[in-house]
Amino acid sequence: MSAGLAGPRGAVRPLMQLVTMSGAPILRQLHLEERLLRCTGDNWCIINDGTAPATIVMGVSGRVSELVEIQPVLRDQVPVIRRFSGGGTVIVDQGTVFVTFICSKNAIAGLQPFPRDIMSWTGQLYEKVFASFGEFHLLENDYAFSHRKFGGNAQSITRNRWVHHTSFLWDYDMKNMDYLKIPKRAPKYRLARNHTDFLCSMKEYMPSRSVFTEGITCALRDHFTVQPMELETAFSDDKEFVPSTKLLSPQDLEAIISSKETHTVHEVQA
Amino acid sequence: MAMASSRLLWASRAASYLKISTFPRAFSTVLKDLKYADTHEWVKVEGDSATVGITDHAQDHLGDVVYVELPEVGSSVSQGKNFGAVESVKATSDINSPVSGEVVAVNDELDGKPGLVNASPYENGWIIKVKISDSGELNSLMDDEKYSKFCEEEDSKH
Repeated sequence: MSAGLAGPRGAVRPLMQLVTMSGAPILRQLHLEERLLRCTGDNWCIINDGTAPATIVMGVSGRVSELVEIQPVLRDQVPVIRRFSGGGTVIVDQGTVFVTFICSKNAIAGLQPFPRDIMSWTGQLYEKVFASFGEFHLLENDYAFSHRKFGGNAQSITRNRWVHHTSFLWDYDMKNMDYLKIPKRAPKYRLARNHTDFLCSMKEYMPSRSVFTEGITCALRDHFTVQPMELETAFSDDKEFVPSTKLLSPQDLEAIISSKETHTVHEVQA
Repeated sequence: MAMASSRLLWASRAASYLKISTFPRAFSTVLKDLKYADTHEWVKVEGDSATVGITDHAQDHLGDVVYVELPEVGSSVSQGKNFGAVESVKATSDINSPVSGEVVAVNDELDGKPGLVNASPYENGWIIKVKISDSGELNSLMDDEKYSKFCEEEDSKH
């Protein structure tokens, strides 16, 4: 791990490379994240402000038939992705801001590489970002203002590294929620609310997206020496690495409609 | 004092009979006769056959397991390399093999009952069986005492 600059009391903060994008396709972002997680030893923050086209993104074990309204999705040609991390299903678009942390397990002193530990740490980090804009809570693994969710999280943890990524609802198109079913496995605080009552938009609480993204960089500087990296450098190709995040084809979706859906074992990347 | 002593003696004998190690400040169960990796997998070796799972410490820290990604029977595993994953909370966590060899069986019960990993991490929650290719690799694993100490040290860091 590269050494960073000495902070207060001489503690050296590890380096974190910051990659900032706008409108990058979410599949491309997820492929990048998998490669940075598995093939590098550096710490990364990736911020992608908005994405196109509107895309459904499921967690690694999500069952399409239980989470997605397949017929409208096929009719309207909405892309469906199965990502490499855990967690639930979201539909993302230009109103979504993505923030991802990829860290080596020793990057943060005293932080064990387990899901709840990492989630708690991020909750404390984002408390600094959001506290002056609303009643911010980490509620059962979601980021919420009061009891309304605006950020969904997912993680992937390897032997020595972890990724924690979030899709933040700066804004969202209510119509898009119709492509998603209400999941069976929902947090208790959801209380059977529909999407409209359960979610909120960050734009109702914060003045601009840039205030949000600058706040993240500022909060990260308590723990890391943050160094911006050129996009082209981050995306340099590693043809040997095959990401597991997959775009489901229309044929995949039609097969699910016509037969009982089963999980397929996909090759695990070292 | 006498009552406390006899209770402790009974507990110690029971633990020994059940092949359980207990340390005053340990929160997780660790079994004797197993070997352990520093990534919290256990292995039970019988000849050149090994059964692999994740430890009580691991399942406790991971939370409720909702999905287990299993390798295919016939695939190869290498010591220290990931062969599958568990999903818990919002996370997938790699499972790393403590031994090298060929996967001869996977626990298909985990498909419908992933919670077996939490409820019975050393018995019904086993994950794969391996035909070991290099028994010398076992020397690099921890015994129950070393693993218990390792877990205590990890937990005490925060």
